[in-house]
Amino acid sequence: MKPIITIAKRELSGYFASPVAFVFIVIFLLLSGFFTFMVAGFFERGQASLEAFFAWHPWLYLFLVPAVGMRMWSEERRLGTIELLLTMPVTPWQAIVGKFIAAWAVVGLALALTFPVWITVNYLGNPDNGVIFAGYLGSFLMGGAYLAITAMTSAMTRNQVVAFIVSVVLSLFLILAGYPPVTDLLVQWAKPWLVDGIAAFSVMSHFESIQKGVLDSRDLLYFLSVIGFSLFTTGVIVRAHRAG
Amino acid sequence: MIQVRNLKKTFGPKVAVNGVSFTVEKGEVLGFLGPNGAGKSTTMRMITGFIPPTEGEVKIGGHSIVDQPIEAKRLIGYLPENAPSYADMTVLGFLTFTAELRGLSGAGQKKAVERVVEMCFLENVLHQSVETLSKGYRHRTCFAQSIIHDPEVLILDEPTDGLDPNQKHEVRTLIRRMGEKKAIIFSTHILEEVEAVCSRAIIIDRGTIVANGTPSELKQRSAHAGAVTVRIGEGSAAAVKGKLDGLNLVERAVVIGESPATVRAFPRKQVGSEDLARAISDVALKERWSLLELHTEEGRLDEVFRSITLPDTKASKEEAK
Ligand SMILES: Nc1ncnc2c1ncn2[C@@H]1O[C@H](COP(=O)(O)OP(=O)(O)OP(=O)(O)O)[C@@H](O)[C@H]1O
Ligand SMILES: [Mg+2]
Repeated sequence: MKPIITIAKRELSGYFASPVAFVFIVIFLLLSGFFTFMVAGFFERGQASLEAFFAWHPWLYLFLVPAVGMRMWSEERRLGTIELLLTMPVTPWQAIVGKFIAAWAVVGLALALTFPVWITVNYLGNPDNGVIFAGYLGSFLMGGAYLAITAMTSAMTRNQVVAFIVSVVLSLFLILAGYPPVTDLLVQWAKPWLVDGIAAFSVMSHFESIQKGVLDSRDLLYFLSVIGFSLFTTGVIVRAHRAG
Repeated sequence: MIQVRNLKKTFGPKVAVNGVSFTVEKGEVLGFLGPNGAGKSTTMRMITGFIPPTEGEVKIGGHSIVDQPIEAKRLIGYLPENAPSYADMTVLGFLTFTAELRGLSGAGQKKAVERVVEMCFLENVLHQSVETLSKGYRHRTCFAQSIIHDPEVLILDEPTDGLDPNQKHEVRTLIRRMGEKKAIIFSTHILEEVEAVCSRAIIIDRGTIVANGTPSELKQRSAHAGAVTVRIGEGSAAAVKGKLDGLNLVERAVVIGESPATVRAFPRKQVGSEDLARAISDVALKERWSLLELHTEEGRLDEVFRSITLPDTKASKEEAK
C-alpha cells in the first residue's frame, strides 16, 4: 500500500510540475461551460437538472482524458526510468495502480471544480440532488474507464502521440457502439439482439442510465470491469516489454 | 551475496547472454568488461530483476530474483546504463522519492538523503530540476539514488560515464571503499579503472565469459607479460638484438625502436622474468651498454582485452609484433 501512495504522490507532483494538469482542468472547465450554456441551451431549457451538462462529458473526455493519461507509461519508457521503477522493491501492480490513481485524481479534481454549475442550478430551481450526485459519479467512473484504456495504450509505446491516438480510437469505439445514431443505423442490417449486445459494451448506455439517477449495480460493474480489465492488460504489456 | 547460474537471454533469434555463471561475495568488487554489445547491460538487467532471464537463475542474498523479487530487490542498489531519472523533479525531490520507495521515512529518510547528497557532491544543485542538469550531474544524481539505502549489493552500469576526471576519481574511491563491505558489480570501458578498483574482473564477449580473474592474473595473459625491455643510449638495435638472441633464456628478441635502441626479449617457457632480467643486466655490464632503461613488462589489460575479444586474425597479427 505504501509504495502505491508514494508513486501516486510523485505522479501527481509530475502532473502539476508540468502544465498537463493545469491545461486539462482549464480546458475541461471552459469547454464544459461552453457546451452546457451555449450549445445545449442550459437556461433556455428551463429545467432544474444538469442533463445538458453531463450529456457532453463522453465527448469531452474522449480527447481530454487520453491527453492526461498518455504520458503515464510512455514517458517512463522514453526516459528509461521504467528500469529504475521496476527494479525498486515495488511490484508492477503497485506501480500501475499508483499511476492510475494519480491521473484519476486529476480528472476528479477537474470534475469537482465544476461545482459552480451545481450551485447555479440549486440557486435557480429545485433539482434532484440525488440524480446530480449519480451524474457526477457516472462521469467520474467514465473518466476512469477512458483513463485505464489510455494507461494500456501508453504502456504499448514510448511515443505519447501514438498512445493518444490509439486510446482516442478505442474510446470512440466504446462510445459509438451505444450511440443512438449509430445503433439506429446498425439495426437496419443486424439482428436487434446483436445490436443490443454490442451496445452493452458501450460507455454510452451505461453512462446514460446512471445519469438518470438509477445506480444499477450492472452499470457500476461495467465501469469497474473496464478499468480492471484495462489495468490488468497494462500489467501484461509492461511485463511483456521487459521480456524484450 | 550474488549468485548467477547459467544465465541466458535471447531476444527473438538473437542470443544476447549465453550461459553466464559467477558469484560475488561481500567485500568483492567485480569489474565487468567487454566490447559494445557483449551483453553486460543485459546481464545486469537480469541480475536486478528488470528483465526475466530466458534460462538460468539469479540469487541475491539467497533470494531468487524471479521467485522472491521484492526481498531480493530490497538488497540491491542499481545504477542503470545512461542514468535515467525523472526529468520533471528536482534533485531533492527525486532522492526523497527513491528513499521513500526504499521504505525510508521520517528522520531516517532525511539523514539518508543528506548522506548521499554529501557523498555525491550535489549540494549546489539540490533544488534544480533534473532536466536542466549537466550530464555529469544527472549521472551523479542517479548514482546517489543507487546508494541511498546503503544496500548490501550494488550493481553499477558504467558508473563513471560522463564524469570529469576529478569526479571519476571520487567515484572510484567511493566504490573501492564501499567494496570493503558490499558486493559490487560494475561495468566499464576504462581499463585503468579495473586495475584501480576491482578485486576481480570478468571479460564477457558475445554473451559468454571469456576471462575471469584478478586484474594481475588477467594481465599475465598478455603476450608481453614477463618480457624484458632494454633501452640503450648508443649502439645499434640490431647488435643488441643479436646479443640477446644469443642468451639461452631468451626465446626471441624483437627490435622495438632505433635511436635509442630499444629491444624486447621474450623468455623461453618456464623461465622466470627475474632470471631473465638478471641475465640481461649481466650482458649489459659485460658489453658496457649505457643502459637507459631495463624493465620487466607486467602485461597490459588493454592488450589482453584486445587479444581476447578481437576476432583471431587481427589480434594475433598484432600480438606477433
Ligand atoms: N530489448 C532488446 N531487444 C533486442 N535486442 C536487445 C535488447 N536489449 C539488448 N539487445 C541486444 O543484446 C546485445 C547485448 O546488449 P547489451 O546492452 O547487454 O550490451 P553491452 O555489453 O551493455 O554493450 P555496451 O558496452 O555498448 O553498453 C546487443 O546485441 C543488443 O543489441
Ligand atoms: Mg551496456
